[in-house]
Amino acid sequence: MSDGKNSSGKPDPSFEARLASARAKQGLDPKPVDQSAGDMKGPSPMGVGLRVGVELLSALIVGASLGYWLDRWLHTSPFLLIVFVLLGGAGGIANVWRLLGPAKPGK
Amino acid sequence: MAAEGSIDALGQFKLETSLGALGASVNFTQSNLMMLIAATLIISLLYFGMRPKAIVPGRLQALAELAYDGIHSMCVDQIGDEGKKFFPFVFTLFMFILLGNLLGLLPFSFTYTSHIAVTAALAITVIVLVTIVALAIHGMHFFTYFFPPGAPKLLAPIIIPVEIISYLSRPVSLSIRLFANMVAGHVMFEVFASFILMMAAAGGIGYLGTVGPLALNVILVGFELLVAFLQAYVFSILTCIYLHDAVHLH
Repeated sequence: MSDGKNSSGKPDPSFEARLASARAKQGLDPKPVDQSAGDMKGPSPMGVGLRVGVELLSALIVGASLGYWLDRWLHTSPFLLIVFVLLGGAGGIANVWRLLGPAKPGK
Repeated sequence: MAAEGSIDALGQFKLETSLGALGASVNFTQSNLMMLIAATLIISLLYFGMRPKAIVPGRLQALAELAYDGIHSMCVDQIGDEGKKFFPFVFTLFMFILLGNLLGLLPFSFTYTSHIAVTAALAITVIVLVTIVALAIHGMHFFTYFFPPGAPKLLAPIIIPVEIISYLSRPVSLSIRLFANMVAGHVMFEVFASFILMMAAAGGIGYLGTVGPLALNVILVGFELLVAFLQAYVFSILTCIYLHDAVHLH
């Protein structure tokens, strides 16, 4: 590598340019990695849509099953089921808000 | 096999006993067998990968170090310094799910992460651990998590049940996400593979038509490889986020 440097110890700019073009020609430089796949900061729109759907659905499932079991236990069928399905829907919206809403001011 | 012309896309998820008569007597399914294989592979990757202890790692050592380092930095980035304590748990979780997803892509194998029983067990383990960690660190103060500070007291009867449901929906969404992704991918494989058979059964021009679904299945294998990594990553990073919430509260 010594012949690529001039007297000041810095790499010769023309050498750097020639090296870069040679590397590009040989395909040695890795292409810029696509960060969208594994990065949570910029997930794909499809991924966001799927996550939102799953969050909404899971909160509703939890709400409905909680209401169902409380009804079975307290013999209040069907009132708690109705209440908890509504609460589950609200919980789903809360989940989505936590996922997509503005960051908390404390963080 | 189902009736002529219909697609049996879900038959591949049926559990059967493996290891012959011995397996049948203790109900040892092919799902259990794949879990054992996955665990053996993980342990041998770490054991044989790290045995050379080379400064310039070979292929296996590089793989082991990459996995270790990747999860370690994810734990520290997401949870903070306390994340080191949870690293063994998150690493085990990640490798077990990743191996399950990847082994399932091999022909004649079985994807144990395609069963909600498995993913739900993993997700419940996560949420129980998160709750125990939060209770151990914050004690009774943990329950303020369900009522954000500054919210009007009048709204407490609505906010608290909603927050509790939202908290309980975490394991549900964790398990459904992983299970649904794996099932969807494998059902697509099966459907397109059946298209190949149907085209070929039509004969004549149908033989040419088999190229389409076959090419799609080849593309799908690549896509499923991505999904396998992504879902293992998402499961473990969400575990880290929940652990962060448990450690830092709010």
